This record gives sequence, C-alpha cells and structure tokens, in this order.
Amino acid sequence: MQPSDETRSIPNSIMPPLTDFLFYAFSGLTLACGLLCVLNPFSRNPVTSAMFLVLTIVSMAGLFVLLHAFFLAAVQVLVYAGAVMVLFLFVIMLLDLREEERRRFKTFTLGTGALVVAVIAGLLVRVLSGALPVSRPGPGIEGDTKVLGRILFEQYLLPFEVLSLLLLVAMVGAILLSKKDMK
Amino acid sequence: MFESIQYWDPAAQFVLFSALKILVVFGVTMGFVSLAVVAERRVSAWIQDRVGPNRVGIPFTNIRFLGLGQMLADGLKFLLKEDFTPNYVRTVYFWLAPAITMIPAFLTLAVIPFGSTLGNSSNRMVIADLNVGILYTFGIVSLGVYGIVLAGYAANSKYPFLGGIRSSAQMISYEIAMGLSVIPIFLLVGSLNLGDVVGYQSGGLHTWLVWKQPLAFFIFLIAAFAETNRLPFDMPESETELVGGYHTEYSSMKFALFFLGEYANMIASCSMMVTLFFGGWTPPWGASAATTLWAGLGHVAWFLAKMIAMMLLFIWVRWMLPRFRYDQLMDLGWRRFIPMALFNILVTAFVVALWQR
Repeated sequence: MQPSDETRSIPNSIMPPLTDFLFYAFSGLTLACGLLCVLNPFSRNPVTSAMFLVLTIVSMAGLFVLLHAFFLAAVQVLVYAGAVMVLFLFVIMLLDLREEERRRFKTFTLGTGALVVAVIAGLLVRVLSGALPVSRPGPGIEGDTKVLGRILFEQYLLPFEVLSLLLLVAMVGAILLSKKDMK
Repeated sequence: MFESIQYWDPAAQFVLFSALKILVVFGVTMGFVSLAVVAERRVSAWIQDRVGPNRVGIPFTNIRFLGLGQMLADGLKFLLKEDFTPNYVRTVYFWLAPAITMIPAFLTLAVIPFGSTLGNSSNRMVIADLNVGILYTFGIVSLGVYGIVLAGYAANSKYPFLGGIRSSAQMISYEIAMGLSVIPIFLLVGSLNLGDVVGYQSGGLHTWLVWKQPLAFFIFLIAAFAETNRLPFDMPESETELVGGYHTEYSSMKFALFFLGEYANMIASCSMMVTLFFGGWTPPWGASAATTLWAGLGHVAWFLAKMIAMMLLFIWVRWMLPRFRYDQLMDLGWRRFIPMALFNILVTAFVVALWQR
C-alpha cells in the first residue's frame, strides 16, 4: 500500500462540472447560513443562531475541500464546529437569554457594527485585489500533513510557538478567573 | 451482462461502484445494528442467568431460529407505537435531534477500509480513501454531540436538559483523550491514511499495533465507551438519576433513532478500533491485497469477525460494570487519561526518533 493521493481514484472527467456546482452550492450555503446566523427573520433564539453558525463553518470546510486543503477542512470541522461551537451552545443553554431575545437595535450598536464591517471589507478588498488568480494551489500545500508540518515547524516556527504561548496564557487566565478562592 | 461494465467510462464506473459500496455498507450496518440489539439482550440475559428473548422466530411458523425474529418484532413495535410530542417542546429541534444523532455514525464509516479489493486492484473496499482519514473521523465524531445536546434542549424540561449538558461536557472531555491516544499510532505508521495503518499491520498477528501501543488502545477503548454513552459512562441518560436523560420526552420511532444511533456509533467505533489496533481486514497470518473475488470476500469476513468480537466486548462491559459518578468520570478523563496519553506520545516520539532514523 503506497501513500495515496486523494484524487487518485476520482477520474478527471467528472471533476470540473461537479467542482463548479459544489463551489456554488457551498458558497451559497455559507452566505445564507451566515446571514441567518445574525439576521434571522423567523426566530431570535440564540441557539438557532449558534446552529446556523455551525452550518456556516461546515460549508466553509466544504469550500476548503474544493481547494484541496483537506487537512484544513478536517481541522475546521473538528475544532470550530465540533469543539468551540459545542461549548458556545453549552454556555448559551446555561445562561437565560430571554433578555437578549427581546433586544432591539440601538444607534450605537449599529454604528460600531457598520464601522467593523467597513474595516473588514476594506481589508478583504485590499487582499483580494492583490492576489493572483490561480486555478490550483501549489503542490506544497495540497492537503499533505507532512508538508504542512514542515512549513509550520520550520518557516513559521516563531509565530506558531508565540500563538501556542498566547493560548496557554489565555487558559491560565481563565482558570485563575474561575477559581476565586485560590490561595 | 456484467462484462460490459468494464467498457464504461471510468467516471461512470467510479460513480456506480461508489454508490454500490455506500448502499452495501449502509445496509450491512443497519442489519448489524438490529442484530446488536438482539445480541445485547441475549448476552445480558446470559450474564444475569436469565433466558432472554428466544421465542420470536419466523412469523406464522414454529421455527424459532435463536430468537432472531425479535429484530423484526422490535422494529415493528417502534414503528407502530404512538408518536407523542409534548406541547411544551421546541418542535424544530425536537424533530431534528434524532436525525443528527444517527447521521455522524454512518459518515464515520466512509473512511474505514473494510476489505482489500474484490480481485480488481483499482476498486478498493473503502468508500472514501482520504489522506486525512483519522482527522475526518474525529471531525465527524465531534459533530455527534449536537444530536444529544439539541435533544436535551428541545425537550424543554429539566431531566433531558441535564442529560444534554452532561453529554456535551463528557463527550468533549473524552474526545481530547481519544484524539491524543491515537497520535502514537500515526507517529509509528507515518501517515494519517487508514489504509496505510492497515498496511503497516498486514504482516500478521505480531505486527498488530495493539502490542506496540497497549496504552493507546486502553485509552481509546475507554474513551469510546464514553463517546458512545455506554455504561459505565452512560451519564447523559442514567435512569436512576435522570429518568431517561436526553431522550426522556421521546417516543416511538424518534426514540428508536437515538437507540439505533447508539448502536451505529458502537459499530463505527469498533470498526475504528479494529482498523487502528487489530490489523483491519488482514487475517492473523498476514495478507496482501486480494487478487481473487473469494479472497477479497474473505478479507471482508475477517473485518466483520473482528468487529463482532469488539461489539461483544462492549456488550460484556456494559453488563459487568456499575456506573461511574459524574465527578469520577471527569477526573478520570482530565487527570488520568490526558496526562497518560501525552506521556505515551512523548515516549513514542523518542523511540521513533532514536530507532527509526
């Protein structure tokens, strides 16, 4: 048994139309679920919003698969949909959020929201206009965990370690805050 | 008639074989699920010195056939009971939760190599041969918790809610231990592809990874009990404290979906353990990919036999051990298994670095 390539067993002739269709399906799903997460006309239930966020994350994982970033797709589902959102749901269910359900928009919230959206949109436009259109990612990042590990631990070792330290600090902080009687 | 298939377009062949594999795996799994329910009842009866359901055979005859007709009788009962929806439930989630419980178990089975080939090397006996197979599995397994959490939330009453909360904490905790426990396997094999894991163990009984990684297997097995909500860790539905836990308000086929989902999850985790630790489809004397149809079917049979043995272990443990207390469960997960798994990773990494370079 040799190390295999994901696309090996899938003949190329069915790839292009299927890929196009799946791209539009997943992007549509991502956008629709993202919208329903923040602006649901049928329900103001926070659990419903959280569930739509889960769907958004899963459909984004679908987009990663179409880019041949299999590792990223699996980690996206595993970490965000499977762990982070479950904890969110946990907290939402434990808190009594009736107050939130009734809340209406205020001028201040609308203003800050619009500002944040504008900044992120500006950032996106700048990045996307500078990016070159490529049909396929280079062989180095195509879902191979070995190559990904090499890049992470050689080229980006310092940012990677700093990030893990940041997570550790956040974890210690959370434990310290939750233990009030710690001597 | 069948000869003409090989002149088809490869794309059409691929679609046809994939569809066939999906249908067969789904059908066989559903069959095993209902068989497992009967096996559970018979084995529990045997352990408790009772007789168990041995009467129902083929309808309208006197043929009892080991009581296997009980499968049909149980299914029929679930379908025909009144499907009662209390008026205080959150309806959408109440309908959604049983389905969400069932789906992940079947999605996990997609990456498990349940046989080598059927004589033709281009058509391997795995639905999706992913390079990140194990990560895919953990991703899907981590989605399984939504079914139970939403069921607890949808029921909108106290005991199911407590069951849902317990399950989310329990499943997340043990997912970490489970994920950490398999890392040594992939350090040894050098690939995340489950086909490669089986290939590494294809030299026979002595190459099975359970001998090299007994600690990993031990942690994985116990985490699997917790992930499938089986006794000794069935806290989310413990009937002495929470009535029925997350499925208290469910009846008829909706309850059956939770019930069958538990067994489907069991089959998925047993298949996973067979693949990771017990050589997958390879017989104990070792094998390479089959070159004839019968050898291929033999490999599938070996896989199923090992899976059934693991299922019997699950059933046996359920009827032999008492339930843990919730704080004991959390303590075991976080303070025993996670450090043990980390230690195992460290030792294995050192061994691999020193001996295999």
